Amino acid sequence: MTSRQRGWLFAIAAAGLVACYLWAFAGLPGFGNYPGPYGQEILKNAIAQTNATGVVSAINFDYRGFDTVGEEFILFTAAAGMSVVLRKLRGEHEQDGSAYDRARSRELPPTSDAIRVPTLALVGPVVLIGWWLASHAQANPSGGFQGGVILATAFMLVYLSGEFLAFRRLSPVALLDCAEALGAGAFVAVGLAAVAQGLPYLDNFLPLGQVPGAVSSSGTIALISFFVGIEVAAAFTLIIGELLEQTLLVRAGGR
Amino acid sequence: MTQNVLMDILQVTVLVLVAAGATVVVRTRDRTRLVLVLSGYGLLLAILFFTFQAPDVALSELTVGAVALPLILLLAIAKVRKHQE
Repeated sequence: MTSRQRGWLFAIAAAGLVACYLWAFAGLPGFGNYPGPYGQEILKNAIAQTNATGVVSAINFDYRGFDTVGEEFILFTAAAGMSVVLRKLRGEHEQDGSAYDRARSRELPPTSDAIRVPTLALVGPVVLIGWWLASHAQANPSGGFQGGVILATAFMLVYLSGEFLAFRRLSPVALLDCAEALGAGAFVAVGLAAVAQGLPYLDNFLPLGQVPGAVSSSGTIALISFFVGIEVAAAFTLIIGELLEQTLLVRAGGR
Repeated sequence: MTQNVLMDILQVTVLVLVAAGATVVVRTRDRTRLVLVLSGYGLLLAILFFTFQAPDVALSELTVGAVALPLILLLAIAKVRKHQE
C-alpha cells in the first residue's frame, strides 16, 4: 500500500468517525442534565437513611459497598503480586550480604538542607491531612482511598528528606504486610458481621448516631472508610518501598 | 446570574487548559520530563473535576494522578535506566 492510498484510507475512516461522533453528541442529554432516576433517589434519601453528609462515601461504602470490596482487592492483589515478583527478583540478585548492608556502604551525595527542612516540616501536616480524610468520609468529600494515598506520601517525604534506611525503619515490611492484610480483611469482616446477625452482606448494622455528618455518625460507613485508609496507605507504601529497594539494589549491584 | 457566567468562564478555561495539557503530554518525548508533565496534567484534571462540582473525584485524581502514578513511574524509569547502563 502506497502512502497516498494510506492517506485516503485514513481520510475516509476519519470522516466516518467524525460523523458518528457528532451524531452521538447530538443525542446526549443537555449539559448538566442527568436523566437517570438513581441519582435523584440517592440525593433525596441518602442523608436520612445513612446519617452521612458525604453522600459519595455513603454510596461507596454502603449502597455500593460490595463493589468497593472488589476495588479494594484490586489494590490488595496488585500490592501482593508486586511484592511476590520483586522479592523473588531480589532473592536472585542477592549473592552476598543483605540489601541493607550494601545500602549502608553505598556512598550518597548528602541531601541538601533546602530539601531536608521543608520535607521534614511537611511530614506532620501530611499525616494529619491523610488521617483526617480517612476518618471523615461520612462528613465531607473524602474517604479511605484518598486519605490512604496521602498517608503513604508522608513516608515518601521521609525518604526524600533523608535516606532509604530511615524510611525502612519507619515502615518495616512485616508491619506493612500485616497492616495491608488487616485493612482489607477488616472490610470483609464488617460485611460478614452483618451476615452473622441475619442481615444482608455489608448491611449498615451499627447505630447511625444523632447528628448527620458528625464523626460518630453513619455506622459502618465511617468504620469501613477507616479500614480502607489503613489498607491503601500500607499497600502504597509497600509498592513504593519495593520499587525503591529495587533501584537501590540494582545501583548497588551495578558498581 | 453573574455567578453563573463566571462559573461558565472558569469551566471553559479549565477545559481548554486540559486540552492543551493533554497535547503537551502527548508531544513530550523525554521520559523523565514526561512524568513531570503528566503530574502537572493530573493537577489540571483535579481542578477540572473540582470546577465541575465533583470534589471527591478531584481528590482521588489529585492523589493518584498527580502524586502516586508519577512516583511509581519515576521509580520504574530509574530501574530501567540502571539496567540499560
